[in-house]
Amino acid sequence: MMRFLLLFSRQGKLRLQKWFTPMTEREKKKITRDMTTMVLSRQPRSCNFLHWKDLKIIYKRYASLYFCLAIENQENELIALEVIHRYVELLDKYFGNVCELDIIFNFEKAYFILDEFLMGGEIQETSKQMVNRSIEASDMLQEGDSSEWFEVELFG
Amino acid sequence: MSDVVEKTLTALPGLLSLDSQPGSTKLSSSSKLGNLIRGITELTSKHEEEKLIQLELTSIKEQVSSPNTSMRQMKELMVRAIYCEMLGYESSFSYIHAIKLAQQGTALEKRVGYLAVSLFLNESHELLLLLVNTVLKDLQSTNLIEVCMALTVVSQMFPKDMIPAILPLVEEKLNHPKEIIRRKAVLALYKFYLIAPNQVQHIHNKFRKALCDKDPGVMTASLHIYLQLIEENPEGYKDLTTSFVTILKQVVGGKLPMDFNYHSVPAPWLQIQLLRILCLLGKNDQSTSEIMYEVLDESLRRAEINHNITYAILFECVKCIYTIHPKSELLEKAAKCIGNFVLSPKINLKYLGLKALTYVVQQDPKLALQHQMTIIECLDHPDLIIKRETLELLFRITNAQNVTVIVDKMLEFLRVNKDDYTTIDLVGKVAELAEKYAPDNEWFIETMSTVFSVGGDTMQPDIPNSFLKLLSEGFDSMEEDRKLRLFAVDSYVSLLQEEPGKLPQRFLQVISWVLGEYSYLREDLEVDTVLRLLAKLLDMKTTSSETKSWVLMAMTKLCEGGAGVSVAREVSETYSSSLDTVLRQRAQELQHLSQDSEMRARVLPRNAGLDPLEVDSSLSFLDGFVSEALAAGAAPYKPPHQRQEELAQAKALSLEPYGLSLPISMSSCCITDRQSPTLLSISSGLSGNSNDLSYRGGLKLDGVKRVWGREGYLAQREPVEESAHVEVPSPLRSPSQQGGAGGSHSHTPTHTPTPEPELEKQQLASSLFVGLASQSSVCLMGKSEPTPQRFRRKANSPASSSAASEKQSNSMVSAPSTVDNLMFNNLLDSHITSEPAVSSLEQTPQLSQGLVAANGSCDEELPDSDVNGSSPSLIGDDPVVAAELAPHEEPPKDLLLSSCLPAELSGLSHSEITPLCSDQILDLSACHVQKEDALVLVVFIYNSSDSDIQQILLELDSEELEVSCESDSAVQEATGHSVAVCQYSLSVKRPSVHVELVGMVSYQFPVGTPQSVQFSYKLPLSSFIRPMTVSTEEYGTMWLDFSHDTKQNLTLISDDQEPLTATLSVLKKKLQLHVVEIIGMEGIVACRLLQDQPCLMHCRMHAGTMAVWLRSPVPDLPDCLMYFCQRALQEH
Repeated sequence: MMRFLLLFSRQGKLRLQKWFTPMTEREKKKITRDMTTMVLSRQPRSCNFLHWKDLKIIYKRYASLYFCLAIENQENELIALEVIHRYVELLDKYFGNVCELDIIFNFEKAYFILDEFLMGGEIQETSKQMVNRSIEASDMLQEGDSSEWFEVELFG
Repeated sequence: MSDVVEKTLTALPGLLSLDSQPGSTKLSSSSKLGNLIRGITELTSKHEEEKLIQLELTSIKEQVSSPNTSMRQMKELMVRAIYCEMLGYESSFSYIHAIKLAQQGTALEKRVGYLAVSLFLNESHELLLLLVNTVLKDLQSTNLIEVCMALTVVSQMFPKDMIPAILPLVEEKLNHPKEIIRRKAVLALYKFYLIAPNQVQHIHNKFRKALCDKDPGVMTASLHIYLQLIEENPEGYKDLTTSFVTILKQVVGGKLPMDFNYHSVPAPWLQIQLLRILCLLGKNDQSTSEIMYEVLDESLRRAEINHNITYAILFECVKCIYTIHPKSELLEKAAKCIGNFVLSPKINLKYLGLKALTYVVQQDPKLALQHQMTIIECLDHPDLIIKRETLELLFRITNAQNVTVIVDKMLEFLRVNKDDYTTIDLVGKVAELAEKYAPDNEWFIETMSTVFSVGGDTMQPDIPNSFLKLLSEGFDSMEEDRKLRLFAVDSYVSLLQEEPGKLPQRFLQVISWVLGEYSYLREDLEVDTVLRLLAKLLDMKTTSSETKSWVLMAMTKLCEGGAGVSVAREVSETYSSSLDTVLRQRAQELQHLSQDSEMRARVLPRNAGLDPLEVDSSLSFLDGFVSEALAAGAAPYKPPHQRQEELAQAKALSLEPYGLSLPISMSSCCITDRQSPTLLSISSGLSGNSNDLSYRGGLKLDGVKRVWGREGYLAQREPVEESAHVEVPSPLRSPSQQGGAGGSHSHTPTHTPTPEPELEKQQLASSLFVGLASQSSVCLMGKSEPTPQRFRRKANSPASSSAASEKQSNSMVSAPSTVDNLMFNNLLDSHITSEPAVSSLEQTPQLSQGLVAANGSCDEELPDSDVNGSSPSLIGDDPVVAAELAPHEEPPKDLLLSSCLPAELSGLSHSEITPLCSDQILDLSACHVQKEDALVLVVFIYNSSDSDIQQILLELDSEELEVSCESDSAVQEATGHSVAVCQYSLSVKRPSVHVELVGMVSYQFPVGTPQSVQFSYKLPLSSFIRPMTVSTEEYGTMWLDFSHDTKQNLTLISDDQEPLTATLSVLKKKLQLHVVEIIGMEGIVACRLLQDQPCLMHCRMHAGTMAVWLRSPVPDLPDCLMYFCQRALQEH
């Protein structure tokens, strides 16, 4: 089972956090701090797996963003790496050539996608098509009257 | 789901154009969130950010609480609040609005509401209760998206105790026509299973339906539950093996829809899940394993694309093949697979290869040999993670020949490692290896010194404890012991002479203990040199007060001769006024003992570690004091864990069955309970049993012979076991070991760079993997280690920490406890002897001579002889005296009362009739009657007036007892000069040596004038004890299930009979116990506390005393019963 997923920038700014088991605010803050320092201090081309207490930490960097996933000890590291990758693919499909800014400005969308992909710490749907269809179905209702939304090229 | 989407799409054709690029970065430049984010990125300091966010939060707060804010605006506000929270700023004011949004918004606003709730709140947040209704409503919605949202939020966080409210609705969704709903429902139930397994027990058959669902997604989801279930009980699901194998076959064969492919690998997540399930099912089960050989082979064959995901599957396959019943063909393929991992240039794969090797090396040590060069390379890998994993692997292949090299590598790693968690883990491993395989004394002491300095104060406390235990217990050769200790003293003295300030506290404690015990071994070492070194430690600012008390203890052991005394005086003067009471105590001891060398020799005999200390840990010499205190009204002693338990129970209703708390209380019992002195005689341990699973929780069974096991009586295996560990193998080094150690020694220095790195690696390899090739035995874990260990413990050292800390109490603290004991003995000896055999009074609950009047005061304790028998001064004990003191009681009335006993009770034995209370009108008395299955309290209400009194209301209450009225109504009436009788049946809720009832009688006399009198009634717990007839087999099974226990040594009764039989028959007679069986030196006895709370007793004759061990599922009961047994025997 997955325990948490954190997305943070190279500067250590948290972009998204998902906790699959109950945790106090304090623990969350401590873990976030530990993860950013641990992951950011890693040399390039080192192994993507770390230990933290009794958890395995799987991290991967995509452009300026780090994805950091904690799994329980008996889980498979490689498949966790693919969980991260599939999530990135889902984001990419939804946003189209996703970049950190998409996630910063539309973080709630990133959460919605994550909720369709993972549920209660387990994989729920691995098909890109299916996840996207669910999200779009909800978005349809939402953007029916979204006159105020328009493109911004500001941050490209 | 697809049809829903289609419907939505057709319903909104106009929007399709928008859909061409659904996720393009859309945001409003006027959007407040956009502004906020942009604002923050422009800031340069944390302080500015703080100011901006506070401003933002104030504005959000204002708007959310305004009644004019629409739900749509609210949605936008929530997103901003989420953002602020993500940056680490609390916005608790918005939580309630998030719930409101989820409740009242349209589907989309709801979605943001739910998201905010799931990010803001956690399972225990009180506001979450407000969400239950919303979830209920949405689960019943016709809008599928709303149902989906509700299921998602439910699996994210839901208050545990509210699960029953929504469970039926979620269950219902298992039959929903849409697969996405079924899938989410299964996952929600999985989550429920994890947090509250017993609440979903009834739907297990529905999980089976989900497993057979036509949609592979639903089936996949159900596997999460099955993995969990099978992990807990693999036996229960063996019948499903064929189904899982068939599914895996279909998946591997590409029979699933393309949708499930991931980078053209069919459903990898599903495959891995199935492999993990098969792994659990096939473990230790040949026939089940055989079913899966074919599909495993197929999986290995199919996974050939060079992609992470196929390696993930392969890894799981390999693990499965090595876990289930082995098949050589598959093992070969799996080994090749591991080779591919290990040799891969990709670092992630290499890492997993090492992991796989670590996993299989116990079964297949040759595999490690094959890859030795790669392992050597990984050992010097720049990535610490890889290095760490390699050490883990080496740890598994350590033997007496390669231990020095491997430990060297581990220590090297420890010096650069910065992660505490890894340090703690690795330090423990080094200590384990050092103890197991140390080639010689110097190496052992030096290695342990490094462990202590590197491990510092974070390491597991049992490492220093077991090190000291090892030193003090010694091995088989006195000479070896002496050398080891001498070396320890030498190296510690030189450490202290250098820079002791750098050493961690734990290490300093170890050093002071060792110096205190053994510095006499170095004859040329002046005592005052050591004392001065120790005194220096006291002066250091960094030394903690715990360490200081260790140092003072060591000094107490050492102070001798003129110089010693002067140092001691100096130090004790400083600390005898310390604010720390422990330090002050130690300083006082030091002062007194340094002046009285005769006493010191008695209290702290030199070399005491060798002889098992006979410590009367039951403190039986204090019994007189205790019973006096009890008689004076003191509460009976309760061990801390019981007190805590009671406190917890008092605070909250415990809804958990007792069984659940079992492991905790068991281990705590181990530590805190009074132990029998035999426990301390270390030589009688049962090292042979360490692998026996029935000794969960680190039960300390030393000193108690094992007669009853899980299967019942364990015939006569015991003597064999015992003799087996009496003969501890001699620590002599085998020639091969010597060779190995010598070889590795010659290699360690060659670590300095040489022109030929390859050669160096070769050498390292040969020293690392020595002993692997020659070993034909499969197990390398040291369990069946063929070479004799150097430091073989005399007694078994259980791994659990509780046992370890108990060891500490036996060995390390032994010195001060002797002091305490002796000092107390001195003080109290006279006290004890001044009460010679006060226990002369008759007792047995069956007394029927209680017709004589007893004392008459209301709250006086019942003169129950089996309690007060030994207390010297209680007036009530002597019936004659009592009668004189209470002249207002007329003897005839008691006769009258006893004749009022209900007919059905009159034939049974009853206690004395005791007055409870009286006023001008009513006289209340009571007695208790022992029935076979109950204890009945009879209350006599004597109306001493001339007029009739109606409506006498009697109320009884007790903390320890369950009281139920046996009469038809609690209301009585009594005519003038007559007696009304009420009967209550009592059973024990919470055992305690004495249980007490408080009551109140109220009536109106004359009519309209309420009167009431209060009273209390005390009775001993022994009145509630009844024999319990069980067979030896039943006894055996029950014994292991009970969590509360206590141990103590009791005196044997030596009549002309065989002492054990005699003693047990006394107990049987006095306490109504049932003697199940007497086998040789041991006896088992069973009884129950009314109504049905069992308590088991195990007695063993040992050195003229009887070691009694009591166990029960009920807290306190063993302690109470022990008390009564002790009394019963003393009074005999």
